[in-house]
Amino acid sequence: MALELPENVVVSKLDELANWCRKNSLWPMPFATACCGIELMATGAAKHDLARFGAEVFRFSPRQCDLMIVAGRVVMKMLPVLQRIWLQMHEPKWCISMGACASTGGVFDTYAVVQGIDRFLPVDMYVPGCPPRPEQLIQAIIDLQDKIQREGTITGREFSTVERQLRKRALVESADLLTVDASRNPNIQRAMSDRSAIRRIQTS
Amino acid sequence: MPISIPMPSTPPLTADTSDILRFLTERFGALETSLFRDQTRIVVPESKSLEVLAFLKDSGFDMLVDLTCVDYLEYRDALRRYGLVYLLASTLTNQRLTLRVFVDDPVMNPHAVLSDGPEAADKPMPTVRSAVPLWAAANWLEREVWDLFGVRFLGHPDLRRLVMPDAFTAHPLRKDYPLQGRGERHNFPVLTRDDG
Repeated sequence: MALELPENVVVSKLDELANWCRKNSLWPMPFATACCGIELMATGAAKHDLARFGAEVFRFSPRQCDLMIVAGRVVMKMLPVLQRIWLQMHEPKWCISMGACASTGGVFDTYAVVQGIDRFLPVDMYVPGCPPRPEQLIQAIIDLQDKIQREGTITGREFSTVERQLRKRALVESADLLTVDASRNPNIQRAMSDRSAIRRIQTS
Repeated sequence: MPISIPMPSTPPLTADTSDILRFLTERFGALETSLFRDQTRIVVPESKSLEVLAFLKDSGFDMLVDLTCVDYLEYRDALRRYGLVYLLASTLTNQRLTLRVFVDDPVMNPHAVLSDGPEAADKPMPTVRSAVPLWAAANWLEREVWDLFGVRFLGHPDLRRLVMPDAFTAHPLRKDYPLQGRGERHNFPVLTRDDG
């Protein structure tokens, strides 16, 4: 006999399975522009092996990757290229901003260097350092794996931020506009009754 | 008592340039020269710059090592704003020479020719004649000077920006351009998660 499970139970378990699969097979797209690229190569090399964590291959084609690691400073001439590569990646995709220059521009506060790629791209993880040690980058990948496990959904709902922002705005606006009618709102009645119960306990 | 070890005398790094200086002064008259260690520097007015460069190339300076510019805007004793630096080397005689050409921001351009376009005549850009016919290396070096300083090179076959993006409008290595720029570096569209 088919058991009619409520929808949310099935989806959450499938979400966990999908998250587990995705987090353990993050294939990086190395967008190495400068010195951090060397450390990225070192992290992928034999001693600090990134393949242990599922990053088996560094695919240089964005169509075959799901994690873009921006390693190094991004100049204004390179930024449209970076954005195009990001758009060519399939969802679900994540972005790690490796090093000080990709995160904030680093020491290069000049006319040509973008002061942080998060001004123009959605970034999930920031790795400080100049350059960050391979262990730091590995820690970032582990943290990103935890983030995917925690927040991921199989449909990629966490990537559509528009709904969440609209919902948040609707909540805020409704709290301002509607006046609270205590006599008819069951939640407030329950809260009031609980408070009186607490007062009774305190005074006794 | 320290022991003095006899060291073999090292030959000078570059060959003596007194003969080339003599040829130059014979041909072009008195030139401002200065010598420091093994560096020889001559200052040439812009009107004679191309002839002097051609003469030097015929005299054996077959390599243009570098062509850059210095902006003397904030220099107290400066007479002209831009000082071009030509570093020449002779691979045959191992001589090295530095040629300085000082130009200013003119209002009119006396060297404009029709092929430069109608606006070249009154473009307020410092202009120098291009050394591309003499040395092929001058092509990208002059493009870089144009890009970063705004010094026009007349007769350059393809004078456009080299390091900055083509849509960039300023000349960033001038002294009156701020280090952080004027907002060009952040003038890009923002991609959010919803843009996919």
